[in-house]
Amino acid sequence: MTGWSIAFGGIARRELLRFTRQRERFLAALVRPLVWLFIFAAGFRSVLGVSIVPPYKTYVLYDVYVTPGLCGMILLFAGMQSSLSMVYDRETGAMRSLLVSPYPRWFLLGAKLTAAVLVAVLQVYAFLLIAWFWEVRPPVIGYLTVLPALILSGLMLGALGLLISSGIRQLENFAGVMNFVIFPMFFASSALYPLWRMQESSTLLHDIAAANPFTHAVELVRFALYGQLNPAAAAITLLCLIVFFAATVFMYDPAKGLWRGKKGGA
Amino acid sequence: MTDTADAPALSIAAVSHRFGSKAALQDVSLTVPRAAFCALLGVNGAGKTTLFSLITRLYDSTSGRIAVAGFDARRTPGKALARLGVVFQSRALDGDLTLRQNLTYHAALHGISARKAAPRIAEVLALVDLAPQMDARVSTLSGGQQRRAEIARALLHRPELLLLDEATAGLDVRARADVLALVRRLIAQEGVSTLWATHIFEEMESADHVVVLHQGRVLADTTAGDLAGTGTLSEGFMALTGERA
Repeated sequence: MTGWSIAFGGIARRELLRFTRQRERFLAALVRPLVWLFIFAAGFRSVLGVSIVPPYKTYVLYDVYVTPGLCGMILLFAGMQSSLSMVYDRETGAMRSLLVSPYPRWFLLGAKLTAAVLVAVLQVYAFLLIAWFWEVRPPVIGYLTVLPALILSGLMLGALGLLISSGIRQLENFAGVMNFVIFPMFFASSALYPLWRMQESSTLLHDIAAANPFTHAVELVRFALYGQLNPAAAAITLLCLIVFFAATVFMYDPAKGLWRGKKGGA
Repeated sequence: MTDTADAPALSIAAVSHRFGSKAALQDVSLTVPRAAFCALLGVNGAGKTTLFSLITRLYDSTSGRIAVAGFDARRTPGKALARLGVVFQSRALDGDLTLRQNLTYHAALHGISARKAAPRIAEVLALVDLAPQMDARVSTLSGGQQRRAEIARALLHRPELLLLDEATAGLDVRARADVLALVRRLIAQEGVSTLWATHIFEEMESADHVVVLHQGRVLADTTAGDLAGTGTLSEGFMALTGERA
């Protein structure tokens, strides 16, 4: 093993260990989408019929429609949660000791991001397993093809979380970010209702949702779960990932961004 | 590559740093020779933490030169950081994980595999008298034990220079003496050089190399005995800076 893979392995192992130590966090991460699936989706089932739009080949129940959106929700919350832990780490010395590792910063940040996404993907599979018993049953191949989509979407949302974390000075400011980032991103997207339905009520909302990176992450997952590739969604998600991550590396660069102009310790 | 075996453990030459319009460090120079102890004395806000942030590359140093064991911190940051062990003022170990898990993680950050790290972890924990606590959760250790564990963490990758930022802050007298005795022993046994930043002057011995940092400037680079003169070190410091230590 090279030093790089050892360093990555160490970061990933720490992320997993921390996760298993906090069992409440795993349950919370699992209960949240299940509440939506069991209660919200069940209630809407009769109100909202979804017509035949790709990737679906038949009429689908609302539960089925909303499942990829809830996968996205898990990734979105996980991404923000890992950025929250970055802010927390910065208040303690954990972030400093990560950054004084001799490996370059882009690598350390990328390793932390990837490790957090792997944990989030495990949560998504746990959710999909329970959804299977709720009779949300995509084709078997979908469980395999969804994996790269989950990783790409997770990386993009995690990179956004990291970028936000670099702009936050204190832990207390984080609640505001939750309100101003997570909820608008989730509700103004195709996670809960298809874009074409949104257009019927508000063109503006439709346009906002179409520009929302989270919409494309959800659509990427939705198509992949049915063994299909949505090239536009994949391209936009990848592009957003590159932009968010590059901006994060810039913010964490010692010469610029985050640390400059800040008095005293981190 | 230049021959670095003879280079001092740390060499800081004419380093300045500003936060906006406020000068945090002005023309700071100091040298820590090999296998030597050097204390950086200063009141809170003197610029000690800023200087440490520059050495560890949390901030970029734009003027002057910083070299760790002969490696320029700006041009070869990876090589400089690899030779550096740091104990921060704030806690870096994860309270939820055991000492062994924490140290395995920090070894990995330096590219040391878990298998290779295992004997070294046992070794550094023995050095800091924490071998029996290896599988204890860090949150169950006392303040003094946690500090010693932080020092063990900083030593994992056999650094040539150890930086300690207020390593005894928040500890009682007994634990403070233990930590300082440990560091002095490490210098003798492991040959690691140490830069010890503190505002607790009673800790110093008269032969210790001390550098006084005040309002971002180096006011003295001497021994504790010289600085103290006929009085105490605190009195010598006050005479020099016109401030209470």
